[in-house]
Amino acid sequence: MMKVLHPGIYTSVQDKGRFGFAKMGIPLAGSLDAFSAAIGNTLLMNHKSDALIEVTFGLAKFEFTSDTFISITGADFCPKLNDDFLEMETVYEVKNGAILSFGKRNYGARTYIAVQGGIQSTAVLKSKSFSNQITSKFRLEKGDLLPIMPQKELDNRKVFKMEFFKEHFISKEIECFPGPEFDLLTDVQKEQLLETFTVSEDNNRVGYRLHEVLENELEPILTSAVLPGTVQLTPSGKLIILMRDCQVTGGYPRILQLSDYAISRLSQKVAGDKVMFDLV
Amino acid sequence: MKKYNLSYKPFGETAILIEWPSKIDASIIEDIIGFEKLIRKDQKVLETVIAYNSLLIRYEFMHNYSLHYKYHDSFAKAVEKLKQIYQQKQNVKKQESKLWQIPVCYDVAFGLDLVAISEEKECSIEDIIDLHTHPNYLIYFLGFQPGFLYLGGLNPLIHIPRKASPRLRVEKGSVGIGGEQTGVYPQDSAGGWNLIGKSPIDFFNIQKPQPCFAKAGDFIQFEAIDLETFYQISEEVNNGEYKSKFIWI
Repeated sequence: MMKVLHPGIYTSVQDKGRFGFAKMGIPLAGSLDAFSAAIGNTLLMNHKSDALIEVTFGLAKFEFTSDTFISITGADFCPKLNDDFLEMETVYEVKNGAILSFGKRNYGARTYIAVQGGIQSTAVLKSKSFSNQITSKFRLEKGDLLPIMPQKELDNRKVFKMEFFKEHFISKEIECFPGPEFDLLTDVQKEQLLETFTVSEDNNRVGYRLHEVLENELEPILTSAVLPGTVQLTPSGKLIILMRDCQVTGGYPRILQLSDYAISRLSQKVAGDKVMFDLV
Repeated sequence: MKKYNLSYKPFGETAILIEWPSKIDASIIEDIIGFEKLIRKDQKVLETVIAYNSLLIRYEFMHNYSLHYKYHDSFAKAVEKLKQIYQQKQNVKKQESKLWQIPVCYDVAFGLDLVAISEEKECSIEDIIDLHTHPNYLIYFLGFQPGFLYLGGLNPLIHIPRKASPRLRVEKGSVGIGGEQTGVYPQDSAGGWNLIGKSPIDFFNIQKPQPCFAKAGDFIQFEAIDLETFYQISEEVNNGEYKSKFIWI
């Protein structure tokens, strides 16, 4: 088991998400930085759909009540196992009674704790991802117990560490494609889209609102499908980039669509960080 | 059933958005629902999202078709296949639909805006209830929140603009009118619709194998019940004894 000693600011269990239920209006959910989550699972030879713990802005603290292996990927908040600092993207053995905690921020916003075999919490509609109104809770609380698998030997591998992919955390560039309403934009709007944007305070698992304002006279559209990574142009001229907890439909023009990887990159940005759309 | 001129657009790396003419129209949604069924029969898709005039098809990321812009050919191939499926779509005789009967208590205890509406529209509360319970509302699709039904068919006499400032808390089951739309809040939430009543039944229950009883293409009708019946049904819902009622039409 893993026991939550301190849930931090926003900590949840996430896997690849809840596919196939959009028809009931159910959001996808899943690890925001799916790229870093996949590295965590790969290091431990887990299945790629295994569930991890997503910690937003550090502070969280856990106690292990059985032996296992773990790896920490994504944002670096100076992870510590008991009194020892841990390196990122590295496999560590953890003993019963060990305390995992996070401290000062070095980079990023979301940290992933992968555990050998994956977190074994209850699946709802085929996914373990926490989601408001779907799972019994949408964030972890103090005292919560998370089941994990009995420890197994790690097979004979040389790789217990992966190289840090710096671009993922420092690059401003967000790869995207034209969205369904891209062609409705004026030439001026298209030019403005190539400028630098700033992530606002209003950023979370549902969406990232950007600070700058585009001139905009576009009418709302008839309610239609949206996806994580859809960039909506609101009547005020502000842009919202939808993230994995977004609704399944929306009424604002969808002017850009982020690549799957770009969603991961964006999810490590914090208020004040700069982004630039790299239109493919 | 007529065939429409559809547009096919790539939507990110793994999805295609198919669009019908931009209007709210029962025969369009019928065409979309029929097409979606055929696509699901023919292809392995990860997810579909139906809305008023659009259908999103999301493929597996590692699907044979990579829809990445750098591979225009694959997108073109996928669209070609979809077009074939649409062409083969027969003018099937419209099948019977389910008409769900939804109990609603239009007591002013729940219909917090009933009095204001009757003053504004210069009609009695009974008239509002008659107008609201009369139609068979078509379920266009589900979205916004888990279990929220987008309904068509509200009588224009009771179209009422959304409230200027939304209520911070609207109780689950509340029935409201917002502009040309009417609907039921499936969960407690903030909301700007004018409230006219409350239904004791669950529109979304994650504990059930089928969390939503209704689906796009079904119809619903509201049935007025009194307070006593409301509490009686509430209890049946809480005990898990209530079964959603429908008839075939």
